[in-house]
Amino acid sequence: MCLAIPVQVKAIEGSEAEVELSGIGRRISIVLTPEVRVGDYVLLHTGYAINVIDEEEAEETLKLFEEMASLEDELERGSP
Amino acid sequence: MKFIDEFRNADLAKAVVSRIHRRSKRHVRLMEFCGGHTVTIMKHGLRQLLPETVEMLSGPGCPVCVTANRDLDKAIALAREPGVIITTFGDMLKVPGSRSSLQRARADGADVRVVYSTLDALEIARENREKAVVFIGIGFETTAPTVAASILKAEEKGIRNYYVLPMHKLCPPVIRALLDSGEVKLDGLICPGHVSAIIGSRPWEFVTTDYGIACVVSGFEPLDILQSVEMLVEQLEKGEPRVEIAYRRGVKPEGNVRAQELMNTVFEPSPADWRGIGIVPGSGLGLRKEYGNFDAELAFDIEPGPTLEHKGCLCGDVLRGVKTPLDCKLFRTACTPEHPIGPCMVSSEGSCASYYHYETV
Repeated sequence: MCLAIPVQVKAIEGSEAEVELSGIGRRISIVLTPEVRVGDYVLLHTGYAINVIDEEEAEETLKLFEEMASLEDELERGSP
Repeated sequence: MKFIDEFRNADLAKAVVSRIHRRSKRHVRLMEFCGGHTVTIMKHGLRQLLPETVEMLSGPGCPVCVTANRDLDKAIALAREPGVIITTFGDMLKVPGSRSSLQRARADGADVRVVYSTLDALEIARENREKAVVFIGIGFETTAPTVAASILKAEEKGIRNYYVLPMHKLCPPVIRALLDSGEVKLDGLICPGHVSAIIGSRPWEFVTTDYGIACVVSGFEPLDILQSVEMLVEQLEKGEPRVEIAYRRGVKPEGNVRAQELMNTVFEPSPADWRGIGIVPGSGLGLRKEYGNFDAELAFDIEPGPTLEHKGCLCGDVLRGVKTPLDCKLFRTACTPEHPIGPCMVSSEGSCASYYHYETV
């Protein structure tokens, strides 16, 4: 029930947006995310966008993981 | 898929697991509240990757699973009303109530339709003006705003034959009730990601200030869960429990203010009956008086009949985190996805279904 998937907004018409899901175009409601723009990614839940995905934060998080990976690598190599 | 695949990277996952093993010294009990988190944990075998010092418990965060039999019986009774079309999310169809299920009611001739969205339910209402179309309103704060939006749309478009049977539930009050019961001793809570996308991280602060429990708001991919466990371990090792957001790409501290506004316009807190827990005041959502004409409870004289519980079903204990599905005598014997006894085996986010499909022990 908490299932929400990231999809990209391809077009906006009033309170609805056109997104693509597994290669199929779908109309969804953006009444909960009126600030969304074409090209943004949103979290899609039961036919509504419930949030706009913060792409910068996504990048930051992945960078954090990569830093963690380098650190763990170093520690591993450094141990006897 | 973008924003999914990157968060399933096995190499990065290995690094997070390494770090958890390295940092975790004290024994800690963590609960993932949300059924969606349980599925990720089970599907990817995350518990087996963690050190023995980290104990994981599953919580009652599956809205279908926590729907009490009496509420289910109401939906089934409504299905039998002449001139009623029931629209529901798919998960509810096979859940056994006291005597029947929506699926069985459908087999007996009731008009029960599975919908993906309330938008579909509204369409059905538009196309069937002579019938009453009732949407079974389950789900937490993730879903409630979408149902609120559907009621506002029905009002705007003059769709008078659309109703909602309100059975939504709120997460923070039930967590408080669980913690107050003293049954489960927790050190950390993995907070639901999409509920928090709506309500933000601030409503979880009481868990830290009142109970001293560490909280991290988590996403749903394996890397997200592992990151959240790592952050909780870090907080607990340092003895500094607080509320943090791991799922920063999906959750802001203030949440989605617009969605909260819509939810609060249409709904107000009400008592709710949680399977396995009982009635928790202020943990549900009822329709406000101004939207009473959309309330199926008011529009119909619903007689659900006496409520019966299935003997031997441990769903209640599993939902409170005091038992696992493996403790249930019916698990995998009398109770399977094809022949479920309780909702935890039916719902795609139910603990029992997750254990059935993914547990190898």
